[in-house]
Amino acid sequence: MKLTRRDVIKAQAAATAATVAGISLPASASNIITSSTANKLTWSKAPCRFCGTGCGISVATKNGKVVATHGDEKAPVNKGLSCVKGYFLSKIMYGKDRLTTPMLRKKDGVYHKEGEFTPVSWTEAFDIMEEKFKKVLKEKGPDGISMFGSGQWTVHEGYAAVKLMKGGFLSNNIDPNARHCMASAVGGFMRTFGIDEPMGCYDDMEAADAFVLWGSNMAEMHPILWTRIADRRLSNPHVKVAVLSTFEHRSFDLADIPAVFTPQTDMVLLNAIANYIIESGSVNHDFINKHVNFREGVTDIGYGLRPTHELQKKAKNPNSGASSPIDLKAFTKFVKPYTFEYAEEMSGVPARTIEKIAKLYADPKIKVMSLWTMGVNQHTRGVWTNNLLYNIHLLTGKISEPGNSPFSLTGQPSACGTAREVGTFSHRLPADMMVKNPAHRATAEKIWKLPKGIINGVPGSHAVQQIRDLKDGKINICWNQVNNNVQAGANINEEILPGYRNPDNFIITSDAYPTVTAEASDLILPSAMWVEKEGAFGNAERRTQVWYQLVSAPGDARSDLWQLVEFSKRFTTDEVWPAKILAENPEYKGKTLYEVLYKNGNVDAFPLADISPDYENQESNDFGFYLQKGLFEEYATFGRGHGHDLADYDRYHKERGLRWPVVNGVETKWRFKEGSDPYVKAGADFQFYGHKDDKAIIFALPYEPPAESPNEEFDMWLSTGRVLEHWHSGSMTQRVPELFKAFPNAVCFMHPEDAKKRGLRRGDEVKVISRRGEMKTRVETRGRNKPPVGLVFVPWFDASQLINKVTLDATDPLSKQTDYKKCAVKIEKV
Amino acid sequence: MKDTLVNKAVKNAMTFAMTVVLAASSIAFASTASAEKVIDNAPQVSTLRGTTPLNAEATPPIIDMVENNDLKRQRDYPQQPPTIPHDISKYQLDKNFNKCMDCHARKFADEAQAPAVSVTHYMNRDGEFLGEVSPRRYFCTQCHVHQLETEPLVENEFVDMEKIIRQSHKMAK
Repeated sequence: MKLTRRDVIKAQAAATAATVAGISLPASASNIITSSTANKLTWSKAPCRFCGTGCGISVATKNGKVVATHGDEKAPVNKGLSCVKGYFLSKIMYGKDRLTTPMLRKKDGVYHKEGEFTPVSWTEAFDIMEEKFKKVLKEKGPDGISMFGSGQWTVHEGYAAVKLMKGGFLSNNIDPNARHCMASAVGGFMRTFGIDEPMGCYDDMEAADAFVLWGSNMAEMHPILWTRIADRRLSNPHVKVAVLSTFEHRSFDLADIPAVFTPQTDMVLLNAIANYIIESGSVNHDFINKHVNFREGVTDIGYGLRPTHELQKKAKNPNSGASSPIDLKAFTKFVKPYTFEYAEEMSGVPARTIEKIAKLYADPKIKVMSLWTMGVNQHTRGVWTNNLLYNIHLLTGKISEPGNSPFSLTGQPSACGTAREVGTFSHRLPADMMVKNPAHRATAEKIWKLPKGIINGVPGSHAVQQIRDLKDGKINICWNQVNNNVQAGANINEEILPGYRNPDNFIITSDAYPTVTAEASDLILPSAMWVEKEGAFGNAERRTQVWYQLVSAPGDARSDLWQLVEFSKRFTTDEVWPAKILAENPEYKGKTLYEVLYKNGNVDAFPLADISPDYENQESNDFGFYLQKGLFEEYATFGRGHGHDLADYDRYHKERGLRWPVVNGVETKWRFKEGSDPYVKAGADFQFYGHKDDKAIIFALPYEPPAESPNEEFDMWLSTGRVLEHWHSGSMTQRVPELFKAFPNAVCFMHPEDAKKRGLRRGDEVKVISRRGEMKTRVETRGRNKPPVGLVFVPWFDASQLINKVTLDATDPLSKQTDYKKCAVKIEKV
Repeated sequence: MKDTLVNKAVKNAMTFAMTVVLAASSIAFASTASAEKVIDNAPQVSTLRGTTPLNAEATPPIIDMVENNDLKRQRDYPQQPPTIPHDISKYQLDKNFNKCMDCHARKFADEAQAPAVSVTHYMNRDGEFLGEVSPRRYFCTQCHVHQLETEPLVENEFVDMEKIIRQSHKMAK
């Protein structure tokens, strides 16, 4: 009887074939192509456009169109594999509603805040931008303008943007949406190690004996890395996988040790593991004596809300990252209350499960890899939780060796390469340098060939602050590139839309597609995307990957790089720099920002002849020099010799990426370890050279409650996140029919008991309501996500169901990263 | 939702109005009140929002059924993983059991008449062929997805390579 269903299918197929048979086929359709020229496809390499994994993709082009994409067999990251999004990359550029011309809100032929979007030329678009920028710069100075970019900017674009804002307009109000994504990871690295980004690499996945996922759902969010872990686990029976999360999801399908914990109590679990490591005598004393300091951080630091918010006023040490030295004895005492029993009571995870996880860390014979992303980073104690994760690896000395690896995963293709390494954050400069540090500013001024003392030393407004400043009218111009903040930012109705529509403000959005952010803006600029331009991304394992422009952008769409550089021609130093600096440096007088930033002898150093004759390069041909190479080489000057060494630009065109530091042409797999990191001195064994005394820091930090927890009225936790088929706000993937049809709309994943209690059934329409707003969606009690009683999960990819109208704009007070994983809501039947 | 925002707008407008009175001008008030219009109206460009203003919420579409006709679909290019033409919602797919392989394993291709997994699925990271499906390919749903009975909101203008090849073939003639 096994064949019954198949028999039916066969009959259906035959029927369909018969229908088709009635139509006469064109004669040519039955021929096989014999001309080798016509049959040939051009295959080139490019990193994937989506997540921070950084898969290598083989891209086929034919007559100016991308016609196929698949995982690159030669790429070490993915070795021929790609997730479903990666396989459909070939279709992301071809949505029918691509933006192909600038559009300005106009009434009666002129710009009007409430006008109709009207196609305009680039000249007219830049005319109005120039007028608005000049007006605000004159009235408010550099603090009145802002730029909001992305970890999807190419390295070149992020670098050109930082130069334009910090070196040209002298404004530090530039931040990437990586602030919503990686800022806590950066904070954790800087605090514990004094240098950003993971010490290990993906090779750890073939070496580890145990994997522990802290709040991460790699099966959907980093599918190709998950294939490497699945490969390791299923090929080696001794390997264990522990998956910790606030709800059950697809990564649990591979879990040997599953654990669902109450939101925010990951901090309790981590301290309990530290306590167990100490009490079981598993501390690696030799390692900590040589390589580790202990410090205790100040507590009660608030929730990154507006200073007028009750929770902020109540905090004793708002926004403080201060700490004081302690020793192992004091640390032991600090974590002592974190017993398994206490951890069970707080987290809901059985003590015996916590013990199983703790043993993976404590047993010196087990090589353990910890992995985390948004669960830890989008957390009002995100920096602390990153610190706590490093604690358990440092106590045991399980770090910087194959398989022993605390690994912070990345959400965006170049969150590391652009947002972090280039330093597009409001407080940073390239190569981990800070705008606050006078020596760092002097270095940047020297490399950029700018007058001494010109860079603004006060950190600018970060992502959430920019939104508040727009609403309050402190910032009047915001230029968005490669982000969709009206969908992605928290508390849309109360904070974002009022700022965008504030009549004093002028909002510009560069994008490939008409997103909700474009809709809320005043001027829309059409952007070239992915392989329509030459670019570079840096992935989560420090791998820098470069690609050529493979096809041309449609219509008048131009890359964000072209937009930034071309716009810089509209300003002279006399208009935007202080008179005093110009008087002291008269050689800069009367120059355009284009001349001082990009035609500065560095960026324009390489001729068009250096570009591969096989590929187009729109920007370079327009400006008359190899722009991408010049930007990259000037940028690389920041890191060479300082632990962030990059190879020569041309080499990246030949390689499937290289992991920095690249010293003497060789990439680095494990940093801080003698033998694999060229920066470690002979005989040191380990050297955490990010800190002056070469030591990493273990931080004593307690559990502190979240900004908002369920109560009687708002009785459910809300967690938001992604699904496998869609990337971020869905602006690309929702336009691929196969991905759309796989998961067309957001739903509210809910425990069947919670549904029953409210008289709800699968598919019913509900309102998800918080203190800030509400959205409408449908109940899903089945499928890939199985929340526990008391928690709902709603993905945010759906532009027609904006869950961020509901979320709270509380942030980590140190990293300023928003917590999208927990706020209190109620669910009502519509 | 809309009410909240409107209330807020009114409140803002009132605060503004007071400032305006002090400043003895009424222009600012008028522009504040009407600036909300843009987000109160149907979107002009945002295709995926339909006619729903940014500050309103539409009735969400129903959860569609899974296409379950078992008919093979055309692929956009040879490397594209085929989408799943049937319902897999009740399938077990975890480290203990893979229901998909009940029909798609090489050994069951005759009995089930389902397409056997392709040869690439036997390759390990180094490109060597294994005797059984590689564990890195174990979780089928990372590449293969079902399709719901719904229509895309935006048309995709991707051009099949076959069409381009035919064109250039014709031109060569």
